[in-house]
Order: sequence, then structure tokens, then C-alpha cells
Amino acid sequence: MGFTEHLVLPPAVSLLGAGWAPAAQGAAYEPFLPGLILLLPLLGFLLNGALALAAGRRSADRIRSGGAAAEGSVEPAGRMLPTWIGPGVVGVAFLLTLINFGRMLGVELNEPVIRSYWTWMGTGNLNVEAAIQLDPLSMVMMMVITGVGFLIHVFSVGYMKEDPGYARYFAYLNLFVFFMLTLVMGANFPMMFVGWEGVGLCSYLLIGFWFHDRPKADAGKKAFIVNRIGDFGFLVAMFILFATLGTLDYVGVFEAAPEAFVYGGGIVTAITLFLLLGATGKSAQIPLFVWLPDAMAGPTPVSALIHAATMVTAGVYLVARSSVLFALAPAGSVAVATIGALTALFAATIALQQVDIKRVLAYSTVSQLGFMFLGVGVGAYAAGVFHLMTHAFFKALLFLGAGAVIHSMHHAFHATHKDWDAQDMRNMGGLRRFMPVTWITMWVATLAIAGIWPFAGFFSKDEIIWASGAAARGGFEFIYTGLWVVALAAAVLTAIYMTRLMVMTFHGPSRAGEEEEKHLHGAPLTMTVPLIALAVLSVFGGWVNVPGSIRESFFGGFGLLPMSDWLDRWLAPITADAQAVLLAELGPVADQAPVGGGHVFWGAVATVVATAVVILTARSIARAGTRPAIEEGLPEGGIRKLLYNKWYVDELYDRIVVRPTLGVSRWAWRVVDQLLIDGTVNAVGNVTRGVGWFGSLFQTGQVNTYAFILTLGVLAVLGVLIL
Amino acid sequence: MLTEALVVSALLFLIGTFGVLVRRNAIIMFLCIELQLNAANLSFVALSRHLGIDGQVFVFFVMTVAAAEAAVGLAIIISIFRHYQTVNVDNFNLLKW
Repeated sequence: MGFTEHLVLPPAVSLLGAGWAPAAQGAAYEPFLPGLILLLPLLGFLLNGALALAAGRRSADRIRSGGAAAEGSVEPAGRMLPTWIGPGVVGVAFLLTLINFGRMLGVELNEPVIRSYWTWMGTGNLNVEAAIQLDPLSMVMMMVITGVGFLIHVFSVGYMKEDPGYARYFAYLNLFVFFMLTLVMGANFPMMFVGWEGVGLCSYLLIGFWFHDRPKADAGKKAFIVNRIGDFGFLVAMFILFATLGTLDYVGVFEAAPEAFVYGGGIVTAITLFLLLGATGKSAQIPLFVWLPDAMAGPTPVSALIHAATMVTAGVYLVARSSVLFALAPAGSVAVATIGALTALFAATIALQQVDIKRVLAYSTVSQLGFMFLGVGVGAYAAGVFHLMTHAFFKALLFLGAGAVIHSMHHAFHATHKDWDAQDMRNMGGLRRFMPVTWITMWVATLAIAGIWPFAGFFSKDEIIWASGAAARGGFEFIYTGLWVVALAAAVLTAIYMTRLMVMTFHGPSRAGEEEEKHLHGAPLTMTVPLIALAVLSVFGGWVNVPGSIRESFFGGFGLLPMSDWLDRWLAPITADAQAVLLAELGPVADQAPVGGGHVFWGAVATVVATAVVILTARSIARAGTRPAIEEGLPEGGIRKLLYNKWYVDELYDRIVVRPTLGVSRWAWRVVDQLLIDGTVNAVGNVTRGVGWFGSLFQTGQVNTYAFILTLGVLAVLGVLIL
Repeated sequence: MLTEALVVSALLFLIGTFGVLVRRNAIIMFLCIELQLNAANLSFVALSRHLGIDGQVFVFFVMTVAAAEAAVGLAIIISIFRHYQTVNVDNFNLLKW
């Protein structure tokens, strides 16, 4: 929610919320082994990678010596080391991050702490250091990455237990954490780009983890190629930044930007639009969102970690990090907000009719990322990061819960040799009796994502919606009011599709079959503990940023909570410059919704509506009933078919992008390459050969001929000399 | 005297050239080449009277080279003859493209 009061805070304001212990004045933040946070996952990658190579060599030897590769089993000895190394390094990194967070809490931090290790590029004017930056924003991201990452690593121990690529899996996962930390810890744009590309690589490797399955390998390629389009935008933005400002360090760029760029000027708008293109690729926004649903081909914990909690939020981080630039470019900001709001609504409508449990969550992720974009687009940068954080909790929980469900369904179908899809919600139903922990924790996440008080999603998502309404000022006032309505609609749809998912999966009668029910089982401890931890975070995670007015209103109930507007204050050093620009150019934020009403009123309305939607949806879905996939045909005609087929976006892109590209490529191959280039080269060769053949006719092998020609030549030379 | 000597030299050279072009017997062609060389020698000697001793020195070099050439050339011809039982150059055309 808007909150004029903190938007006008000067940068030097105390970072502490009302209830925190008073700051030790003059104490400086001393980072504790920040490089190690980065290096530990890399170490894990190297160790697990070596183990994976060794394991691969062993199984290759087995195959060569006649024995078949043991399908679906790893000897316990091969699992022991990755089990400890993989989650271990991330866990230690999380502890180190916690220590650093604790140290940062107690001090006033006006300048980011930068640790520079070596000069990476030093040529002419371009000087790029291999440096990491520790500030409130990178700290929040590090906490999310290592914390949620650790839980997902632990979950993976149970989930991937029987996979032959166990060590390889943890190697990739550790490498991903390393690159993601590079992305958020880098102190300049090139460092962020290294992480940006690195997480793209890991995403590709993990989507195509089961690469012997052709569609999965293709999904990996799709993700990589679509991301390249976005990376191009990021690169161009960096080039323009360097060309105009002569530096790529965050500190240098953001200090110079307000003086160097005119408000709303062409250059800064171009920079922000190119950055936005990069962000839409990585964060799966319109028009580059198509890769994310396909990315669900990877193992489910990967979907939780990379394609829900961390990597896809890199675009939000990018915009929040570059908030000064976006504040200076109102057109760029409104583009971010519009794309976000449209994506939020668009993806939510698709999620309504999907039957694959992971696809529902995938489109839900796209939709929630849209909300985050809306937040950072309307200038509520802290709200965007806030939703990024809470979303990491409840979406990781939802994916891991879905992973537990799929795990169980897969085992049941496997045991009875039933050829049913373990991810199709139509084949589930009634699972709450078999996996109660998963059931309860996923309901917690559902209530959180639906935005019901007092779960985490209520505070973060509603703050974004509020901010989009309240931000209606300046030249784009009309658009922002429209986006507010779109966001409200998307939020209602969120509650509907999540409730549908829960009811179809866990409630009603079981549709898997009686024989299968005997094989359904709850998740092992390594899987339930992360679920419970994330459920706790999904409940309390939102309380770090309770708006002051709400905290006072609810009968003092939140008086116990000390953290009023804490995250906003915590991130103030990052967003202060941008807020100052917005305040100077647009004036103060109207602290009410476009149609009137304050925080408490709209908060209450949102909760009541969301609760009503959840109950009504649950009832209607339960009453309508569901039949197993083989009995139920595809939806026929109308809006349901349109949504089931995802608005035919993939088909549309196939028509207007993929096929023309293929056509042009084929033309370039046949005409340009084979005809023009190869033709020219071959022609040169043929002409040379022809001339040679002609010249060889003079070489008769007859001495007389030679003598005759020689004499003629001499006469000719003499004639020329004499005449 | 010089004019007569040069005319004789030119005649010898033309005879030699003509012989190389029209005869087919390898040994005769070889002799004609010798004739050309000696025509050149005659010019050298004749001109050295007016232009200094260099011409006569050069003649010795030419004679040495001619001797060496005769040795090598005759050896080749003998070896060709042993192979083909003839020295008619019309038969020797293997050395081409």
C-alpha cells in the first residue's frame, strides 16, 4: 500500500523499524567472509561435478563390459557425498548470509559496502572490477536465494533419490546458486550479466536434465533461445549506459544518472526499454513468457528454485536495482507496469483451464511476476521486492508440494503399471487423506497467494495493487488507473485458479483407482521439513512490511509486531534516489485508491473478496466434480478451449516468428549460402581450372614446339627492342 | 674486319637455329646448339678487340659450359636411345601435363 510517509524519507533515514534496538551510532558494517558466500556453491559444483563425471565413467564402464546401466538406481555410496555436499554448501552460505544480515541490521548504512577482488576488464575508459556489493537489496536477495535454495536442496535429496544423475543434479543446482549469487552480489552491470547468463545456462541444463527425452531437451533449448532475445536487450542497454556515462559500476551510474539524463529524455528511455526487454526474457513477461511453462519439463525442485523463487525474479531485481534510471524515464516505467499488469491477467486466465498441476503453477508464476513488474513499474520498488520475497516462499512451497504429489502419484502408477499422467490433476483427487502435511502446507501457500489476511501474500500483493492505484499521477495517470483495475481482476483470478488446483488435487473422491490408493504415500522427512519451513515463512513472511496504518487499526493485533514498514525502510537507501526523482517530478503520492478509501478499508475488502472467491470456487468445483483424464475429453469450443490452449500463443509465435525465421534461414542457406557464397567460391575454382586446362594445351611434350615458341619469343623481344 | 666477323657469326647462328627447328635427330639438334654457342663465341672474340679483354674471358666460360653440356646432353641421348632404340625427338613426348 502506498504510504506517503516513507516515500519521502531522505536517504540518510534510519533503517530501523520502530521496535528494533537503537543503532550503535558510528558503527560501520563489517562484512563477514562475503566472498565465501559466493565461493561455497562454486566449490560444491566442482566437487559434485567431479563425482558426477566419475559416476558417469563407472556406468559407461558397466555398459561397455556388457551389463546394462542400472535403470533408476544409484548405489548408496554414490549418493552419500552429493547428499552432504550439495545442500551443505548452500546451508553454510545461508548461515554466512545470516551473519552478514545480522551485522548489517545494527548499523546505519549510507554507502554500499564494495569488495573488489581484481580488475576484470581494464581497457581505455572501460574499467570493470570483479567486485561484489553488499547493500540492503542484495542482502534481501541473498537471504532468499540461499535460504529458499537450501530448503529446496534438502527437498531434492528425497525427490531425486532414485535418479541415476544424482550427483550431476546437485552439481548443476550448486552452480545455479553460485551464478544467482553473482547476479545479485555483483557491483556492476557486467558482473550482473555474468550471473544473468550463468543462471540461463543452469536453467537450460536443468530443464533438459532428462535430455534423453526429446521434448524435455527441446524445452531447454526453447528457454535458452527465448532468453537470448532478452539478453540482447540487456547488452544494448549496457552499451548505451557506457557510451553516455563512461562507467558501468552501480555506484557510478546511479550517482551520475540524475545529472546526466534529462527527465523523460530519449536516451534514458531507450536504456530502460532495453533493460525491460532483458527483464521480460528472464522473468517470463509478455512477450517472452512462452519458455517458462515449458520449463516445467525439468525436475520439480528445479521448477521451485529456478523457475519460481529465484532466477525468474532477476528481472524484478534488475528494475529495482536500476530504479533511478526507471524513475527518470516515465515512459519506461509505464511500459514495465503495463507489461506486468497485462502479463498478470493474461497468465492468470490461462492458469484457469490447465490440467497439469505444474503448468497451473507455472502460469501462476508468470502472473505473480507480472504483479512484481507492476510494483516496480509504478515506482513501488520496495513493494516489488517485497512480493518477490513472499512469492519465493509460497511459490517454492507450492512447487515442492506439487513435487511431493507428483512423486507419490508417479510411484502409485509405477507400482501398478498404469499408463496415466502423474501430473494431471484430473487423475488425482482425495490426496489429503494420503499426504496430510503436503495438503495443509499447500493450503497455507494457496491462502497466501490468494492474498488473504494475515498470510504473506496479502501484504505484498495488495501493497502492489494499492501502489498502482495510488501512483496515478503525472502524464500517465489514466493508464495507471487502468492497470489498477487489471491487477484487481488478476488477483481475483489468482484465488480462483489456486482453489481449483487445491480442490482437484486434494479434495473429493480419489480418481487414481483403488489399487493405486494402496501405493499412495506421504512424503519422506527430507521433503516434508522444507514444506513446513516454507509454510511458516508463507504465514509470517509478510509481517516484515505491515503498513503502519493497518498495524494500528486491527484492534492493536499487530501492535505485537515491531516491523511496521520495515522492508520499506530497509530498502530506503536503494530506492531513495528514485523516490526523490519521482517526488520532484510528479509530486507526492495520493495515499488512497483511485475511487477513494484508505488502507484498512481496501485491505478488509480484499480479504473478504478473496475469501469469498476461494469458498465459492471450492464449492462449485467440488459440485461440478472431475473425471479422470482418459474419461474426460479436451474442452470443446468457446473460451474454455481457448484458455486450455493458452490463447494459442505458442501457435501464434510459431506462425509469425518461428516459421518465418525458418523460412528466411532456409532461404539464406539455399540462396545466399549455397548459391551465392558457395557458387562464387566454386566459380573461382572452376575458372582457374579452365584456364589451366587451356594453358596445358601449349605443353605438347615436343621439344620442337618449345624451341619454335622460344625462337618466336626471342624474335618478338628483339623486334620490340629494335623498333 | 669486325663487320665480316659479325656477319659470319650471324650466319652461323642462323644455321644453328634453323637446324634446331627443322631437324628431328637429337644429335644433329645438339650439334646445332653447339653451332649457336660458337657463333656467340665468335662475336665475343671479334668485339673484344675493341671493347677489352672481357669478351675473350667470357669465351672460356662458354666453352667450359658447352663441354659440360655436351657431356650431360650426350649421356641423356644415349640413355634415351637405349630405351627407345631411336633418337628421333618426335617420339619423345611423355613430358607434358
